[in-house]
Amino acid sequence: MKRPVRQVAVLSGKGGTGKTTVTASLACYAGRPIVADCDVDASNLSLLLQGTPRSRHPFIGGLKADIDPARCTSCGKCEDHCRFRAIRSMKVDHMACEGCGVCQLVCPEGAAVLHETVSGEIFVRDTSHGTVVDAEMMPGEPNSGKLAARVRTLAMEEAKIQDSPLVLIDGPPGTGCPAISSVIGVDLALIVTEPTRSGGHDLGRVIDLASHFNTPCAVIINKHDLNPDLTIEIIHECQRRGVQIMGLLPFDEQAGEAIISGLPLPESAPDSPAEMAVRAVWEKVLAFLEGIPDGPSITVR
Amino acid sequence: MKIAVASGKGGTGKTTIAVNLALAIEGDVQLLDCDVEGPNAHLFLRPCIESVRPVGISTPRIDADRCLGCGKCSDACHFNALLRIRKKIKIIQNLCHGCEACQLVCPTGALALEPRRIGSISEGMAGPIPIAFGELDIGQSLSVPVIRELKALVRGHAHTVIDCPPGTSCPVVEAVQGCDRCLMVTEPTPFGLHDLKILAKVLGRMGVPMGAIVNRDNGTYEPLEEFCRSSGIPVLMRIPFDRRIAELYSRGEVLVDTYPGFRERMVGLFNQVRA
Ligand code: SF4
Ligand code: SF4
Ligand code: SF4
Ligand code: SF4
Repeated sequence: MKRPVRQVAVLSGKGGTGKTTVTASLACYAGRPIVADCDVDASNLSLLLQGTPRSRHPFIGGLKADIDPARCTSCGKCEDHCRFRAIRSMKVDHMACEGCGVCQLVCPEGAAVLHETVSGEIFVRDTSHGTVVDAEMMPGEPNSGKLAARVRTLAMEEAKIQDSPLVLIDGPPGTGCPAISSVIGVDLALIVTEPTRSGGHDLGRVIDLASHFNTPCAVIINKHDLNPDLTIEIIHECQRRGVQIMGLLPFDEQAGEAIISGLPLPESAPDSPAEMAVRAVWEKVLAFLEGIPDGPSITVR
Repeated sequence: MKIAVASGKGGTGKTTIAVNLALAIEGDVQLLDCDVEGPNAHLFLRPCIESVRPVGISTPRIDADRCLGCGKCSDACHFNALLRIRKKIKIIQNLCHGCEACQLVCPTGALALEPRRIGSISEGMAGPIPIAFGELDIGQSLSVPVIRELKALVRGHAHTVIDCPPGTSCPVVEAVQGCDRCLMVTEPTPFGLHDLKILAKVLGRMGVPMGAIVNRDNGTYEPLEEFCRSSGIPVLMRIPFDRRIAELYSRGEVLVDTYPGFRERMVGLFNQVRA
């Protein structure tokens, strides 16, 4: 019988809560999963899980318009109709253009034309902790949601080829298009937060997002000892909403140094307080995945 | 002067800088929180909210009596928001970008555009400082129109501080557009540096003058220093690593009132930026 591939997305409403550190650590415990870095705006995972790309794929993000000055009569129709204010004095600002094609539709001279553009590149890397799929977006490009979705699809394909039971997704901060692409249809959204006013506020938004798409979610509170009162408040709020707390990670300077060393936590700071706490989280994630009907058996090293 | 505060990587202290800078500037200053997927500035400033209004984009509605089922609209839609199934058009609202191409091509005028809510904008006063923030509704993917609407409030003030969304893609471009300066908040780690480089590229392409603020800094992460030196990016401020700052932040306190010397440092930062 074919095992289903399980997908776990690590998310955080707010950036900088330790999401990538957690993802890289889970990859170490999982024993060579497929890891998808869907934080395409700030793809940092490969700084911890290093490996040279085995293959590269150009990402065609979409269409962009250009105006042929030889044909343009400066009538201004395109500028009036462009809802994205991407045309100013008969020039298309490619950063603002969404490729909707309206300028092409309204131009009486056939001077505005759409063409495909490469807006990023996707990499597949083999690392000592599994295959990592990540991407680099051309700076300032739209379509980061589409790129995140593409990264996830490639990771799923790798999982099938390698018969890997688990795809781990490092999600982006926020609740917009790339976050939606990361959370839809996963088996578990693991939300990393911190006990700060902003962390608590953004956590609420991501729990709402997961529920909106019927994705089960659980919470990790990083640096829980920074503000014990707020940590308790967050725990109560999660209990009220029926969201499981999968772990409390201590404020640990070794965790910060781990990032500078360029190694995942289990290698750079084994048996440190933070590392032991993340390991405990992994045991709970595993128990959760095994509890899903038809769950795969994942061996812990 | 319009000052954007941005950061490629999230959680570097962008909001802390934006909020405290706005509080330290003497005179007529407004704050716009453009981080619409997670607006937090108001948690620190605790403004009295005076108005909340919806932000919408136009989405088509089809008058079935006038529709011929010709499919011209779905062919024109580049976002796959219109599906033709057996001569009937189905609208997938979440995919619609509000470009209005469908209405332009419809031969019978069967498509009417009407606003669909995707988020909201709140305006209020934090003491003497007008603050406005946008919030994207949960499940909505387009943050740019909310940011654009918020940016329309930039007028009539001597100074505007803009708290940008994290990252380096289109929402950041929209937030920074039209600003005189951009402060890039970063941290001395490989993550911080990686994301700073991308952000610097975006700002370079946009032609916005930039400076760096290094948070949680002990001044010893040489690759970051080297990058700033070689790309001519001035380091305008360094904030030391201090657990007390983290604790004040966690409680939602502003540093200019609680951390010794911080107000003077923010005033100094503003004077540098203005110079
Ligand atoms: S394709 Fe659309 S967004 Fe781009 S310039 Fe033309 S009208 Fe504007
Ligand atoms: S509509 Fe065509 S002719 Fe008119 S300004 Fe635009 S590109 Fe030029
Ligand atoms: S307004 Fe544009 S995006 Fe929306 S349905 Fe019409 S053509 Fe598609
Ligand atoms: S273009 Fe107009 S008439 Fe044709 S299918 Fe669309 S709505 Fe109907």
